[in-house]
Amino acid sequence: MIPSAFDFYAPRTLDEAIALLAEHGDEAKVLAGGQSLIPAMRFRLAAPAVLVDINGIGGLDGLRETNGHLAIGALTREAALEEYTFIRERYPLLADAAHVIADPLVRNRATVGGNLAHADPANDHPAVMLAYGAELAAHGPRGARTIPIDDFFTGMFSTSLEPDELLTEIRIPRPGPGSGGAYLKVERKVGDYAISAVAVQLTMDGPTIRTIRIALTNVSPTPIRAEEAERILTGQTLTDATLEAAGQAAAAACDPSADLRGSIEYKRDLTRVLVKRAVRRAAERATK
Amino acid sequence: MSDQLDPLRALDEAGERHLPDRVERHTPKPAGSSAIVETSHEVRVTTPATVCGMGHRMKRKEDPRFIQGRGTYVDDVKLPGMLYMDIVRSPYAHARITKIDASEALKVPGVLAVITGEDLKQAGNLHWMPTLMSDTQMVLPIEKVVYYAQEVCVVVATDRYAAADGVEKVVVEYDPLPVVVDPFEALKDETIVRDDKELKTNHIWHWEAGDREATEHVFRSAAKVVKQYMHIPRIHVASIETCGMVADFNKATGKLKIWMTSQAPHAHRTVFALVSGIPEHKIQIISPDIGGGFGGKVPVYPGYVCCVVASIVTGRPVKWIEDRSENLQADSFARDYHITAEMAADADGRITGLRVRTLADNGAADAAANPSKFPAGLYSICTGSYDMRAAHIAVDGVYTNKPPGGVAYRCSFRVTEAVHMIERMTDIMAHELGEDPAAFRLKNFIRPEQFPYRSPTGWEYDSGNYHAALKLAMEMIGYEELRREQAEKRTRGELMGIGISSFTEVVGAGPSRDYDILGIKMFDSAEIRIHPTGKAIARFGTKSQGQGHETTYAQIIAEELGIPAEHVEVEEGDTDTAPYGLGTYASRSTPTAGAAAAVAARKIRAKARTIAAYLLEVSEDDLEWSVDRWQVKGSPEQHKTIQDIAFAAYTNHPPGVEAGLEATDYYDPPNLTFPFGSYICVVDIDTGTGEVKIRRFVAVDDCGNIINPLVVEGQIHGGLTMGLAPALFEEIVYDENGQNLTGTFMDYLLPTAVETPKWEIGKTITPSPHHPIGAKGVGESPTVGAPPAIANAVVDALWHLGVRHIDIPITPQKVWKLLRDHGITE
Ligand SMILES: Cc1cc2nc3c(=O)[nH]c(=O)nc-3n(C[C@H](O)[C@H](O)[C@H](O)COP(=O)(O)OP(=O)(O)OC[C@H]3O[C@@H](n4cnc5c(N)ncnc54)[C@H](O)[C@@H]3O)c2cc1C
Repeated sequence: MIPSAFDFYAPRTLDEAIALLAEHGDEAKVLAGGQSLIPAMRFRLAAPAVLVDINGIGGLDGLRETNGHLAIGALTREAALEEYTFIRERYPLLADAAHVIADPLVRNRATVGGNLAHADPANDHPAVMLAYGAELAAHGPRGARTIPIDDFFTGMFSTSLEPDELLTEIRIPRPGPGSGGAYLKVERKVGDYAISAVAVQLTMDGPTIRTIRIALTNVSPTPIRAEEAERILTGQTLTDATLEAAGQAAAAACDPSADLRGSIEYKRDLTRVLVKRAVRRAAERATK
Repeated sequence: MSDQLDPLRALDEAGERHLPDRVERHTPKPAGSSAIVETSHEVRVTTPATVCGMGHRMKRKEDPRFIQGRGTYVDDVKLPGMLYMDIVRSPYAHARITKIDASEALKVPGVLAVITGEDLKQAGNLHWMPTLMSDTQMVLPIEKVVYYAQEVCVVVATDRYAAADGVEKVVVEYDPLPVVVDPFEALKDETIVRDDKELKTNHIWHWEAGDREATEHVFRSAAKVVKQYMHIPRIHVASIETCGMVADFNKATGKLKIWMTSQAPHAHRTVFALVSGIPEHKIQIISPDIGGGFGGKVPVYPGYVCCVVASIVTGRPVKWIEDRSENLQADSFARDYHITAEMAADADGRITGLRVRTLADNGAADAAANPSKFPAGLYSICTGSYDMRAAHIAVDGVYTNKPPGGVAYRCSFRVTEAVHMIERMTDIMAHELGEDPAAFRLKNFIRPEQFPYRSPTGWEYDSGNYHAALKLAMEMIGYEELRREQAEKRTRGELMGIGISSFTEVVGAGPSRDYDILGIKMFDSAEIRIHPTGKAIARFGTKSQGQGHETTYAQIIAEELGIPAEHVEVEEGDTDTAPYGLGTYASRSTPTAGAAAAVAARKIRAKARTIAAYLLEVSEDDLEWSVDRWQVKGSPEQHKTIQDIAFAAYTNHPPGVEAGLEATDYYDPPNLTFPFGSYICVVDIDTGTGEVKIRRFVAVDDCGNIINPLVVEGQIHGGLTMGLAPALFEEIVYDENGQNLTGTFMDYLLPTAVETPKWEIGKTITPSPHHPIGAKGVGESPTVGAPPAIANAVVDALWHLGVRHIDIPITPQKVWKLLRDHGITE
């Protein structure tokens, strides 16, 4: 990598990091896993004058399950999500996604916080967290606050985080009885971003869907929820007809662009198929 | 869109308007160049494991240094005072240059020089260079750029970062010109890519092989004719190591020492000498460890020339290493053939003829790495493994606003394109006739007893037994059972396909009467020197880039002389020490330099006999050779081992005989070798997403006698993966402005272990009748043979829906579109 010159800071505490961000404003960039930022710097598409490396700050990583939620430190590596059986058992949507984000090499470095803060509609965690209805904790010079995930993504590569704020923790509500989830992604090869991917989190009441959240990856300028599809399915049993209607509603909700991954028609249709399959899988898991 | 034009008509018009026809001719081969040869299944082993001659699964001698990270690649070379070069590249595919202003770049701390096309012109017209196909290519432009990412000027600095900062500060102003990326559009000559040429046309050459009239006749009387247009897209070799150089011109001695990613260091030295005027003995090219070449390191690229000039100008060593995107955008491109093929068959379902028109998109220069007399390489081998009465092939080369292409990517000069075409056409014909593709092949193969065999386009296949290979592959995969499963699944709407490719390769150029590169004949060389203690050094004109030469050449010498392979040091790549040779590509090393090793070793064995006779005080006629010794016939306890003889060669050589024990051979093969194989692939198709899953892949290869089964298997595994790549993943894509949309590994999709199926491999052994050790090349067979097996499997799964052909790479989107177009959905 031959980037432009930059100043490098490695703060040891959250406060130091926030002070540095406040001091350097737009000139500064947070460096977490570096798996999105460094490629951009390699092409000199990003040329930050200051890098604030948060990897040395203690207490920003790790997973903690409380009664109410699963707390994921922003610096938690993607690879860590694959290590725990309780994730596989109680958070299958997260476990599915952890397996298909990038490749094992990237997952060793990349962080969950970085994946969300980068707000790339192609990233997988945004849809996952939208489906979970997660809450994000942020710290800035004005103190701490929480941001509901539905308010987090404001545009392509932009979030409601202030430039001097750090994302510190992601909180996923602990799924209750009858819950199930699934993440299905079609990619051109391992390590690729999704052509389309679908995150589903639901709770079943016997054969009936009681609640459901569906979110879509890389088929819109921002990560989105398929709200019409959610509405179609809520209170329904799983029939081919309701699934097809939900799939079509999701396909209609997306706003993909044509690129090397596929045409607009392909991405929409793929979304339709994946919504049907993901809902079915989530429901199977819920009733197990 | 090109595939909607009628390519035949466009080409015919072009052929009439332009250059006189070039018709391929083959010099007749000596007797024994093509023969009936018995096929076996067992690897022949004649030496004990201590000697480790041919057939032993010896672990590669080069691997300990590679797996410990102790290889020496060009980028590992660091010289005192070394400077770094970086390249300013064009953001346009076609534009006039109105201004190059380097003043701000020269202010960047560390930047020492900016070299432009004008500077090269002043230095003796070095702004143009010849290509290997006797075309010309810009080193650095003066008037206009002709492809995206073209080298515009270079910045030389004291460190790599300063060089990159300098590149950002060079101001180049362009006046954009219309861009032509579609070769069919290019034929209209509305936009001329090369207006430096006298003829204002994009048409480069027209070339033909075979017999036009006989072919017309066969088609007129055919019971069935099938026709298909197909595009074999541009792809990239994507070797792990990109291209690079360290050039060190020593003003005091006048010697230019170069470390270079070169597959052909001697040929490159000669080209450098001829172009630069530096005497050849003052140029030393060292090709150190090479991280993959695949043909991409055969041509000379502008960066190399600039790096040499930068060292001469500054009087200091200069390093240039391409980054990944530069590599993917500017050089090492292959394929890009637009093919319209027709196949004829008689009423009994026998193939009778083949008629092929092809448009070769060469990009902005004809820089293909073909032998001089073969503008379309060995493409006319395209009648493949099938016996037919007549064939006629015509190819037209055309310029477009793309970087020069035509590298022989793990391929003997266009045989990949040829094999893809014939294997697709054979499948289409079989399906159209309602015959099973395997049975159809077995019926149409050249039969073993037809050797010596001369193809309708003039090739004399050395040996072959296509039935044996296909039957073994069918047995390994359980062909009949798979067909039953397929039929049963189809009734349930599940899509499964079985694809076959029964390819014939053509590798090992020369013979030198027909094959040369810029006039330099395509022989190759070995020089073996035995030391007094019976150890040896052997040097070659080839250059391994991962093929395992250090191991296999040592085993050939061990086989011939009985010196343990471990005691043979193999050296390649330094033009000051290695014998002259044409390098490694097109699977030619074993057929040429491997043969030279055997012949040179036999020369040594002959001299060893003289020495042994002298030591044993018997007549030479009384001696016979056994593994590692000359022994007296009938009393083997009276013998001298090769080690005894080597010692005597330096300490007690016979009177009248020269001291020492060494030999050199420049081997000029009488014919090429024709490895072959049959591959069978099974795919399942996801009707919802269009994804293709390869369930099984059986590959039966026949490369004649096997030197090292482990190395051969490694070559096959790697080659199959590189055949999977273009079948399902890889394509260099340009937009209408000529911008490369696949300039990183994010979009140029190399398959990984995850995408790669478990390769199931088998072998038959049909030795080459003319090669000294009966070996044939193997490195490229799988890359050549695999893509049509996969493509045929996918089309086989969809044929009943009405699908006839899918261009590679077969992406999920393409399959999805076909499914939906034919009413299949989930
Ligand atoms: C080859 C490859 C393939 C990939 N494939 C996928 C894929 O399939 N799916 C997928 O989801 N992702 C993929 N990624 C992206 C990867 O997951 C990224 O690492 C991730 O999106 C960003 O995480 P990071 O920790 O590396 O962030 P960094 O690259 O360090 O930072 C990214 C951005 O987020 C900001 N940031 C990071 N952490 C914080 C924080 N705590 N608070 C505030 N701002 C912060 C940074 O300033 C920067 O702007 C891939 C990456 C690579 C290199």
